[in-house]
Amino acid sequence: MRFALGKWALPLYTVLAFIYLLIPIAYTFVFSFNDSFKSNISWRGFTFNNWLNVCGEPGVCDAFGTSVLIGVVSTVLATILGTMIAIALVRYEFKARSQVSLLLFLPMATPEIVLGAGLASQFFNMGVTKGLGTVIVAHVMFCLSFVVVTVKARVASLDPALEEAGSDLYATPAQVFRKVTLPLLTPGIMSAALLAFALSFDDFIITNFNAGPVDTFPKFVYTAAAKGIPAEANVIGSAVFLVAIIAVVLVQLNSARKQKRLLAGK
Amino acid sequence: MATEFVARGSNLDLVGIRKEFPGFTAIDDLDLHIPAGEFFALLGPSGCGKTTTLRLVAGLEEPTSGQILIGGKDVSHTKPHERPVNTVFQSYALFPHMSVLENVAFGLKQRKIADPLKRASEALDLVQLGHLAGRRPQQLSGGQQQRVALARALVNRPSLLLLDEPLGALDLKLRREMQIELKAIQIEVGLTFLHVTHDQEEAMDMADTVAVMNKGHIEQMGAPEKLYDRPKTVFVSKFLGQSNLFIGKIVETSANSLSIDVVGYKISVPKDRAEKHTGKIAIGVRPEKADLFQNKPADSSSQNLIGPGEVKDIRFTGVSNQFLVDVPNIGLVTVFEQNEGNSTVELGDQVWISWKVEHSFGLADLPADTLDEE
Ligand SMILES: Nc1ncnc2c1ncn2[C@@H]1O[C@H](COP(=O)(O)OP(=O)(O)OP(=O)(O)O)[C@@H](O)[C@H]1O
Ligand SMILES: [Mg+2]
Repeated sequence: MRFALGKWALPLYTVLAFIYLLIPIAYTFVFSFNDSFKSNISWRGFTFNNWLNVCGEPGVCDAFGTSVLIGVVSTVLATILGTMIAIALVRYEFKARSQVSLLLFLPMATPEIVLGAGLASQFFNMGVTKGLGTVIVAHVMFCLSFVVVTVKARVASLDPALEEAGSDLYATPAQVFRKVTLPLLTPGIMSAALLAFALSFDDFIITNFNAGPVDTFPKFVYTAAAKGIPAEANVIGSAVFLVAIIAVVLVQLNSARKQKRLLAGK
Repeated sequence: MATEFVARGSNLDLVGIRKEFPGFTAIDDLDLHIPAGEFFALLGPSGCGKTTTLRLVAGLEEPTSGQILIGGKDVSHTKPHERPVNTVFQSYALFPHMSVLENVAFGLKQRKIADPLKRASEALDLVQLGHLAGRRPQQLSGGQQQRVALARALVNRPSLLLLDEPLGALDLKLRREMQIELKAIQIEVGLTFLHVTHDQEEAMDMADTVAVMNKGHIEQMGAPEKLYDRPKTVFVSKFLGQSNLFIGKIVETSANSLSIDVVGYKISVPKDRAEKHTGKIAIGVRPEKADLFQNKPADSSSQNLIGPGEVKDIRFTGVSNQFLVDVPNIGLVTVFEQNEGNSTVELGDQVWISWKVEHSFGLADLPADTLDEE
């Protein structure tokens, strides 16, 4: 009896969990083909028009482009800064090292609404006009913590003897960093960057406080939701999802191929 | 920047080196001179500071005080990549993101030596790993990784090669082969080797000079035969081979020998083989220099004689038989006899132990457990 339960309960549970997770995504995907009129809430018939004419609805594509731009810039800045901080935190002894580590956790623990509002009043006090710049500053700030945490784990597992071997083999500190440290940290840095981009791309709360007139994709969808989200937004959402899935599959395939090649000793 | 390819070996001098870690002195006033082209072995128990010494020479640690000279040039404050030195790390430290071949070629490429890959594969052939050049280090066994680390350092022909237990993970046969290979390379290219090892046989076998290190300083150094024949401290006499020690006050001094009294036995040592000539002294003898007698031999002024004692243990190691004899009031004495197939001594037998006075050695210090008996 217990055996049968174990045999059925786990798969059943897993399937249910997946259905639960996937229903909203499936809904979004399905309704991206809805021949919608004004609102995209009730099913009116199948069409490819939304996919073929994504930018048809005014503002969707602009908002999407803005989000990508902010995501890319924030990711690059946060990743570079965060990687340097992570290395410093693991490798260098300095006063208040543990306090700084703790401080970096704060943005992760603080409610977004507080961060967003706090930043907004800061900008206001300093007389900074809200816009693309302020959004990027805000995004770099909250992505930074995640980058540091992710890369730090990787740095901590890096054997310092490898860098010593590099310098023993005539590499200058800069060359050691480029040829030994960086390649070994790359997997950590890459996942940190992906995480940062994902965080930046779908942030709404902090962005809403600090964007001023700038319209990001989440902001656009939020505003549009009042009168029913346009199907074009569903198209973009689905497309982002598909691209992410394809990217993951490709990475997996690639590393599997590499593994196989290595085992073959070629 | 770095030196010419196929550099000759260089002198290494450590002058008054001291290395303190927070709350711990790892190296204490170390002086060392290694002539160019010499094979120098550093031998010592775990934690005595061997790796720290190598790291100081490689530039991976800075000395708290003192100077390091390579080829007469003070390098105490230069960076590791500027020193004409390569290291075989105790932990191998192979780059996991490069193939074995790229690992070996790394130093050559850094110095822009022509044909790095060709030279690297030759070095791999030398350590019998040519067929694994394309693999990643993680896909090799410990012994294979160790040989890659060896090739990666050797291929640079540094004027000083630092080896931190480079053969520790190899089986006996491969270890012997590698020892011969290393020695051959060292002689052929004339490199200076500073070789750290736990294996005293390896040290004695390969090195021109052996230094025995203890607690951050060098207890004694010299040619292997001399070091073995004439240890100067209790530590060296016990660490390098085995020794029987007898402790007593000097009671008699003649023109060229001195004698101590140990519970009624007179044990003598030539004056020029004793580190001190007055007071309490420890006199030692190697187990293989002593002989067993089932009947009491005649007294002779050229022989030390103790006994009778009871044979407590006999061990057959193949080449020799090892006897443990309990001599009343003295304790256990170890004697090795050549296994010539004619030993009639059995467990429980009463035996006498005798050795030539000229095989005794007198130490500078006393075993720690006898110091407070005075
Ligand atoms: N970074 C460090 N901080 C504090 N103490 C250290 C440090 N590195 C080494 N030590 C100490 O210095 C002493 C010498 O260490 P070292 O690594 O040189 O020993 P070793 O002779 O190479 O030993 P083994 O044969 O086990 O490799 C040890 O007691 C060690 O604990
Ligand atoms: Mg060591």
